Amino acid sequence: MTTPDKKPDTKTNETVPLSRRRFLEFLGKGAVCTGTLAGAGRAIGSSEVRHAKRAFQQNDEQYAESMNNPPKVPDYNWNDHQWAMGVDTDRCIGCLRCMEACKMENSVQMDAFHFRTWVERYVYLEGSNTAIVDSQSDPNNIENAGSETRFRFDNRYKNVKVDKAFFVPKLCNQCEHPSCVQVCPTGATFKAKDGPVLIDTTYCIGCQYCVQACPYGARSFNESRGTVDKCNWCYHRITKGLNPACVEVCPTGTRIFGDRNDPESPISLFIRNNHVQVLKPEMGNAPNVFYKGTDKEVV
Amino acid sequence: MLSEFGHVTPHIGFIYPNESDMAWTQLIVIYPYITGLVAGAFVVSSMHHVFNIKSFAPISRFALLTALCFMFFAPSPLLFHLGQPTRAFNALITPHWTSAMAAFGYVAGFYVCLLLLETWFAFREDIVAMSKVRTGIMGKVYGWLTLGSDDVSARALAIDHKAARILAMIGIPAACGLHGYVGFVFGSLKTREWWSSDLMPVIFLLSAVGSGVGLLIVLYVIASKFRKTPIPNDTMRGLLYVLFTAITVVMVIEGLELLEIFYKAREGVETVRELIMGPIWAGMSIQWAMSVFVLVVTSALLVFDVHGKRLVNWLFMSGLAMMIGVLAMRWNVVIGGQELSKTMKGLLTYYPELFGRESLFVVGIISICPYFTLWLATKLLPPWEETIVPEHRVLDAHKLA
Repeated sequence: MTTPDKKPDTKTNETVPLSRRRFLEFLGKGAVCTGTLAGAGRAIGSSEVRHAKRAFQQNDEQYAESMNNPPKVPDYNWNDHQWAMGVDTDRCIGCLRCMEACKMENSVQMDAFHFRTWVERYVYLEGSNTAIVDSQSDPNNIENAGSETRFRFDNRYKNVKVDKAFFVPKLCNQCEHPSCVQVCPTGATFKAKDGPVLIDTTYCIGCQYCVQACPYGARSFNESRGTVDKCNWCYHRITKGLNPACVEVCPTGTRIFGDRNDPESPISLFIRNNHVQVLKPEMGNAPNVFYKGTDKEVV
Repeated sequence: MLSEFGHVTPHIGFIYPNESDMAWTQLIVIYPYITGLVAGAFVVSSMHHVFNIKSFAPISRFALLTALCFMFFAPSPLLFHLGQPTRAFNALITPHWTSAMAAFGYVAGFYVCLLLLETWFAFREDIVAMSKVRTGIMGKVYGWLTLGSDDVSARALAIDHKAARILAMIGIPAACGLHGYVGFVFGSLKTREWWSSDLMPVIFLLSAVGSGVGLLIVLYVIASKFRKTPIPNDTMRGLLYVLFTAITVVMVIEGLELLEIFYKAREGVETVRELIMGPIWAGMSIQWAMSVFVLVVTSALLVFDVHGKRLVNWLFMSGLAMMIGVLAMRWNVVIGGQELSKTMKGLLTYYPELFGRESLFVVGIISICPYFTLWLATKLLPPWEETIVPEHRVLDAHKLA
């Protein structure tokens, strides 16, 4: 009679330490993640408090220095690369770490109305044929987060029946035929040979014609600098062999980045192995951000 | 909490986050408005200079001065709008020719030069006369303005007249180009449904002519009242014909534009309907009410063959209504186009700020400047034909030629 009692004991003895180990592992990871997130949040928050009047994290002297003496990358040849990005929308969980990372990395204005990258939430309520869309500039999301600089989606669909919901990360599409470059009166914004559309902020006159011309709303105006701002796929990072900040921090691998000249790069594989599409193809801009798993409602 | 977002434009539906900070505001509303007044005033001045329509002779030089004074201030809203105004000349030094905007400096610069030259030829005889009768500083100023050319023989005046005519002939396509170009800046943008139309340059151009004629009617009537001079009936009838032509064609083409949007009914047409019913409802009402008013009044003036004081009064009101209607139309185009989100799923409602660099206050100052400059210009170069400063000298060069 003791044996049957012991058997479960041994089983529990075997399983308990395992699950405990797993639990502890999980706890540890969770703590690290929360710590990082909290750290990032604190950093954003503190920078906001410390430089209350500054709209970006780099201070003015640092910004001027980086503009006047851009770091040299000796071994980089822009003819050798063709950068592209992929977005696997099925994987996005809407944690918005990409937005935080981008704001920190690129000194984007710290508010909910100027973004180089953002995430949209599409929700089909039960019985509806159209999606309800919101993003971080939605007042309810800002109110829920308690600050324009803490990026969280609110839980507004808690008590309703949702048919389908998904997130779509957005950023500059670094188009092959960029309409923003076409309309720039001074040539301050231009298409780099390796793909990204860049802005010479020392030459931009701030007319914002490019802001109007971008079909994707990817450009914003930086009031404190008097010039236009946009995603450049963290050009300062990719020219050094690093991933863009948003790709680096994405915990689910939603964002895929790489060189299309390399057939084995993550982006080449992503495009080859999936049915990908681009946003607003009818505009004729030929975007270089490729989406997998988007929906008819995605604009 | 919501009060924190006072600096951004409120919206309904879904817009791209970067759209909440509206890029082009009221300064860009008055920029096409002012250039439009220039184009319209120039067309009226050409009626006499080029086509030699006698009824426009009394207003011809005044129209030319009006065009010049308004043209001086046409670029100022743009300068106030630029994030880096000190770099404005980058567009001139290194123009990026695929951009419509890159041409602005050249087009506007060319047009100012042309207007200055034509004004000089049209007023040269007066300037020479003034330099001989005026003393002191003003005498010297007029002496400089003659640029050393004080020959007022019949042959010299005939050359003046011919030069002014040729310049005016170049000026007509230039004025149309200048304003058609403004329409192109908006119409060539494929991203905005409300702007992206092939009819946009035509609409801008025709409404510009309408508003310019309206401005001239208003200014001429006011100036004549102040100077207590009679208003020639023929001139008023001539302006009436131009105003009637402008308003009928503008209304037809604007109607066609709206019809096309709703008939094509591309994706997001419901949002366009909501835009008209919502954020620009007031602007659209003013625009169309004023247009209908001008159309009805000018038609009635033509049908009942009205002359004299009644013609002046009703035409004055039509001119004013035309100016207000076209200003509302500029608002509806510039602000309305941005209030319709690029997502076609949301609408913004723009509230102009009162004080600041891009505010209604600045708009007010810039709008007053051309009138003030025109007042000064008429003091310097009186465009009124009947004013004879030196004894028995006929002032209008064109009468002699």
